[in-house]
Amino acid sequence: MIPFTITQAPSTHEAIQAAAAGGRYIAGGTTLIDLMREEVERPDRLIDINALPLKHIRAEGPDLIIGALARMSEVAVHPDTRRLHPVIGEALIEGASPQLRNMASMGGNLLQRVRCPYFRMLDAPCNKRIPGSGCSAIDGLNIGHAILGTSDQCAATHPSDVAVALVALEATMRVQGPQGERTFPVEELYRLPGDTPHLEHTLLPGELIVEIRVPGLSYSRRARYLKVRDRASYEFALIAAAAVIDLDGGVIREARLAVGGAGTRPWRLRAVEQALKGKRLERATLEAAARTAVEGARPLSGNQYKVELLPRTIVRALELAGEIA
Amino acid sequence: MSDDKYWDDARGDVDIASTRALSRRSVLQLAGAVTASTTIPEAFANTTPAAAPTPAAAIAAKVSFSVNGVRHSLELDPRQSLLDVMRERLELTGTKKGCNQGACGACTILVNGKRIVSCLTLAAMHSGAEITTIEGLASNGDLHPVQEAFIKHEGFQCGYCTPGQIISAVGCIAEGHAGSAEEIQFWMSGNICRCGAYPGICAAVADAAGRN
Repeated sequence: MIPFTITQAPSTHEAIQAAAAGGRYIAGGTTLIDLMREEVERPDRLIDINALPLKHIRAEGPDLIIGALARMSEVAVHPDTRRLHPVIGEALIEGASPQLRNMASMGGNLLQRVRCPYFRMLDAPCNKRIPGSGCSAIDGLNIGHAILGTSDQCAATHPSDVAVALVALEATMRVQGPQGERTFPVEELYRLPGDTPHLEHTLLPGELIVEIRVPGLSYSRRARYLKVRDRASYEFALIAAAAVIDLDGGVIREARLAVGGAGTRPWRLRAVEQALKGKRLERATLEAAARTAVEGARPLSGNQYKVELLPRTIVRALELAGEIA
Repeated sequence: MSDDKYWDDARGDVDIASTRALSRRSVLQLAGAVTASTTIPEAFANTTPAAAPTPAAAIAAKVSFSVNGVRHSLELDPRQSLLDVMRERLELTGTKKGCNQGACGACTILVNGKRIVSCLTLAAMHSGAEITTIEGLASNGDLHPVQEAFIKHEGFQCGYCTPGQIISAVGCIAEGHAGSAEEIQFWMSGNICRCGAYPGICAAVADAAGRN
């Protein structure tokens, strides 16, 4: 690790000032410290934001409010999460390990870096780490990589589970920065890699995630997060799907669907949602709708299986959601 | 080639050149560092330039926390993980360093009653914390029920992961996640055992949870 200083921010205002002057926020640290040890991340000033009053989890009417410093494990078991948006708890519990969930903050979870092996391999080209150096995964080990939203420069998936659920539920995030405060959909936090894979998110310099708001949804209890992976726990998704459905006598009135492990960012599937509208919750119907998810998919040498696995995971997630009374 | 790259994490801020007699661990560290420096191919070593930290470059951070009921006020290098401070500074070597990247759980400790991996957090971030390591579980010479259960069910073979497994099990039981074999497997999955002593570990956690 290269030397750095660390200071405790006593207030949000002072934290933002320190970040505007070039400091990096640290909360749980589970991504950042790991990457600093590998010297993939090389900040010289850390701002410890853990003392800021952003650990709240509460209901505001039908909405669920989650402070950016609330820990994954706390959000997962909170009565308001379980009551208003149980799929958020399910997605959180399917991520990381119990120890890491006790450490990782919600804001940090959304901003975690990719798990492409080449990103942390200093002797391998990686456009995300060194712009213009090339992508080792395109012709290398790419079993876990994306089939949607990729470019010739990068095909790494965003690894967060809970971000998939938040995108399906149309959550918004409030951020504060040197220029003031703004609110936007969590979905818009993420950029596509395009020709600039080193730019991963849309935060402005110094901006701090303050809080996440998940709007109330009348049918949010009929929701499941299905994660397909190489082992039953403590593993990143090969494909994951968050499915939320409004059922009326076996007919889908509305559906919300987002997937992980498939795209270069948490991937909302609006075309599939539209295709499901007014359809019966039956295997053949679901399969036909789910097939549209992989239109335009660009598999690499090692991840063609995802073209099949993605629609199947979607179908199963919808069926599981439909089984909820 | 500098040895610093290979020593940095392991040695913490222990002064190798101090007049204190070399402990068995220090000798092992020295031996390990020499081995590393002679067996890592030069081409590989060159790709990760050692940022050879000099004493002048190390900026001290102050932290005060309680470990197993004992208060400690320390001045340390901000780079030091909580794990390294436990092992190298406080000489609480029960907590093990396995992968040092949050994947194996050998370094699990309790911070304010919650299980965390101590390798992925900076000691400087824990002022005011109440920390429990494996050394703090027994009381008045009596083993903790989870420790007893691990012995009874042979929840280990080589023993390297065991302190982390036991601390993690204490957290798992306190969280109420030890109700069935399946639940124990899922909620203990942050702790890897290369010997594969999982049946004994699961039995021990179930037994200790039942006794609670």
